[in-house]
Amino acid sequence: MFGRLTKDAFIHDMAQNGAVAGMILGAIALIALISYLGRWKWLWREWITTVDPKRIGIMYIVVVLIMFAKGFADAVMMRMQQCVSVGDSFGFLTAEHFQEVFSAHGTTMIFFVAMGVVFGLMNLIVPLQIGARDVAYPFLNALGFWLFAAGGFLTLVSLAVGKFSIAGWLAYPPLSGLEYCPGEGIDYWIWSVQIAGVGSTLSGINFLVTILKMRCPGMTWMKMPIFIWSALCTNILVIFAFPILTATLALLTLDRYLGMHFFTAGGGGNPMMYINLIWAWGHPEVYIIMLPAFGIFSEVVPTFSEKRLFGYVSMVWALVIITVLSYIVWLHHFFTMGASPGVNTFFAITTMLIAIPTGVKLFNWLFTKFRGRVHFASPMLWFFAFVLNFSVAGMTGILLSAPPVDYQVHNSLFLIAHFHGMAIGGVLFGFFAGFTYWFPKFTGFHLDEKLNTYAFWCWFLGFLVAFMPLYMLGFMGATRRLDHYDVASWQSVFISAAVGVLIIFIGASIQLFGLFWSIKNRDKLRSGRDPWNGRTLEWSIPSPPPEYNFAIVPTVDQIDPLWATKRGQGPEQKKEYEDIHMPLNTPAGFFIGAISLIFGFAITWHIYWLAILAFVGIITCLIIRLSGKEVHGNITAEEVQRIEEAATT
Amino acid sequence: MEHEPTLSEIKKEYHGTLSAYITGFISSLVLTGISFSLVLTKVVEGKTLVYTLILLAIIQAFFQLLCFLHLGQEAKPRWESVIFWFMVLVLLIIVLGSLWIMSDLNDRVMNM
Amino acid sequence: MTIHHYDTVETFPDKRIPDPHQDAYSRSTLGFWIYLMTDCILFAALFVTYAVLKESTFGGPSSKDIFELKTAFIETMILLFSTVTCGMAVLAAVKGKMQSIRTWLGLSFLLGASFIFLELREFSHLVHEGFSWEKSAFLSSFFTLVGTHGFHVSVGLLWMAVMMAQISFCGVTVDTFRRLVLFSLFWHFLDLIWIFIFTFVYLLGVL
Repeated sequence: MFGRLTKDAFIHDMAQNGAVAGMILGAIALIALISYLGRWKWLWREWITTVDPKRIGIMYIVVVLIMFAKGFADAVMMRMQQCVSVGDSFGFLTAEHFQEVFSAHGTTMIFFVAMGVVFGLMNLIVPLQIGARDVAYPFLNALGFWLFAAGGFLTLVSLAVGKFSIAGWLAYPPLSGLEYCPGEGIDYWIWSVQIAGVGSTLSGINFLVTILKMRCPGMTWMKMPIFIWSALCTNILVIFAFPILTATLALLTLDRYLGMHFFTAGGGGNPMMYINLIWAWGHPEVYIIMLPAFGIFSEVVPTFSEKRLFGYVSMVWALVIITVLSYIVWLHHFFTMGASPGVNTFFAITTMLIAIPTGVKLFNWLFTKFRGRVHFASPMLWFFAFVLNFSVAGMTGILLSAPPVDYQVHNSLFLIAHFHGMAIGGVLFGFFAGFTYWFPKFTGFHLDEKLNTYAFWCWFLGFLVAFMPLYMLGFMGATRRLDHYDVASWQSVFISAAVGVLIIFIGASIQLFGLFWSIKNRDKLRSGRDPWNGRTLEWSIPSPPPEYNFAIVPTVDQIDPLWATKRGQGPEQKKEYEDIHMPLNTPAGFFIGAISLIFGFAITWHIYWLAILAFVGIITCLIIRLSGKEVHGNITAEEVQRIEEAATT
Repeated sequence: MEHEPTLSEIKKEYHGTLSAYITGFISSLVLTGISFSLVLTKVVEGKTLVYTLILLAIIQAFFQLLCFLHLGQEAKPRWESVIFWFMVLVLLIIVLGSLWIMSDLNDRVMNM
Repeated sequence: MTIHHYDTVETFPDKRIPDPHQDAYSRSTLGFWIYLMTDCILFAALFVTYAVLKESTFGGPSSKDIFELKTAFIETMILLFSTVTCGMAVLAAVKGKMQSIRTWLGLSFLLGASFIFLELREFSHLVHEGFSWEKSAFLSSFFTLVGTHGFHVSVGLLWMAVMMAQISFCGVTVDTFRRLVLFSLFWHFLDLIWIFIFTFVYLLGVL
């Protein structure tokens, strides 16, 4: 009846019980608050059934913040453990629990923070910057979000019921196979990632077609904002890389559920095939999370330098070359796993090559600032943090791209410091820049600049204090994922790293506090439609934008079209309001996401009757949704005029 | 979207024709027949046979792409074609790359 | 100043518009095509896994021992006929001939169902002989590659049934025609994949 689920699954150690209790209390508090404010109908109508990408983008960010809190807690636990777990002391986490923590940390941060940021920002910014009123497939877009949320939620459920995976964020076999990990942990991981991965693929198709087909009149290829170019390249990476992940996870699933022998140690299986395939996805994946961050900086730097982006064409070429090259470097993630020198050399060269277009982009941003009027608003501060932290990490990447060097430091803390520099210095700081930059557009008020600045200093310095010691530790011989070590001289270095994480924690807390503080003081922080003297179309409409974005679809004839308009250049715009058709809300996305969550849970615990029921439910919802007549809501031209005139900002 | 096209306008966008389907059908029949016959009669052998069969498959695939899936007949800009060729590029990289890597690893594994 | 309908299918398209075809039909066919391209990559991963693990028979049967060309040929013919009858159904829909649509789709469905039946029979025969997917990496990859294709065909059969119902109840409308075209793309795509299965798995397998 309950598959493999027993009462034991609910028993955890004290700390974990505390975390679960906190989660449940938080959920209860939220439910109580919504009930108290009488906002259930509003929540359902305005948010849960919405197909408006602006709303969906905000929901992505909300989920990202929740998942980030969990992933960050995992990081703090690991740092604390490694501070004390030396010699005769074994810290406060058992080895197994530590393995769950680092597996959850990586899975959460990549799949549910970074990917959420990517699609969240695309939802918010892509339609606005291309002068469109909507995305190509509003329902599919919503569905992509709810599948993402379902995957994320499944990992949170794994905290309360049973155990999560202990095999790292990529679950290499044979460890992740049936023989060595027969329990539910790997299955939780598989289904969370698989469900969210399907969501990503669908969203990728949506945004690709949106950018291809729905640009406003005059916005030809070389007039698009660079953020749109980076979104375009990101989505190309998504659609051709994620199917590999889907297939590979399916093969691991078949090994575990049907006793197949793809990656088993016996039966003719070949675990290296998993590693090969998963990184054929995995390398494009890291560019998927990185390119949007580059795109954000390409928007922020020109705006805060009051100068056009230097080298637009080379920026586009750099993005395209990075996209193509990212498909031919994947072996550098497993240089040490047995390939011959010839194979290693080929991939080493392609890896080194990919650094070149990345460097071009960096120099273009710096040249943009040269002789510009630079404003040190917080988005620009995040850019500076990025320049230093990401560049250092990038250079260590070039070191790692040489196989002989990689043989020394592969899977050491040197590697960990490298990719955290890329992920935090690049992706996260890019997100923070974008978040502070575009926050006024979607809310109508600023985030408090002083608090932003304090947060920046904490993150920037905290990152250096947390991760520079890890480079040292890597050279000193410390491998990754250590729950205990015997070299006493490492301890002080680990403690330094922990101090760094503490500084970051202060920064993150300031950001969280700053969010609520700014909401409370929003009347004093009102921003209007163009708070930063922007250059692109999103700054030409009210803050927050109306449902239809543009009352009159703009016509453009050059890069930075708003900047042109401000100078009296730019083509003649249409002047008359028209009736606007917008797609109607639908609960189908939410239902399919919720049922997918049930499916993921059921199949993880081998509760087959429930899994089959849920699967049938998903198919039924899809058939119902895709069988009706397509209808749209109508906003009359008079209504549009009224909304536009009421929006004083 | 103020004015959605009517049914007759949409039908003009559909590129299938009877002659295309018949061409695709006949060519697929013939090519499949040749492939199976080559294997059954052993007219060609060894590596030549393997390459011939692969070539026949690719040719039939192109006939089906053209005649059944109407590739290349879409309106400009021909996104379907662009994306198809990019997919082929990525596919070749992954398939050939994986075959190279896995056979290289296999060479360096001890025979049991 | 005239209101400019930039998002319709126009005879004299405004050259400034990046893409004049902004209607639901064009968007759907492009988007669905992209989905088919992602499915190609998924199948590519399964094909290359099969290629890598083909010889890993773990003492069990190899491809030469278990593949029957007769069945493979019949399945190939059935699927080919089914894809053509599907095309005929769409052509009938263009002409609005309701009875023709039903006939051709019904024929496609019967052929598709026969394909699945034959494939299931082949699989169950192998399992009864003791050559199930648990026995070796080769068998695992064979069952998975061919089985995934068969799963896609089964989903197609379900979709076909839904289309037959939609067209019976609503006739050929803007929405049902569009969905029928998308379905036909899917069905044709499955025959395309099958070309590579019968070549790489069955034909090369018996050499």
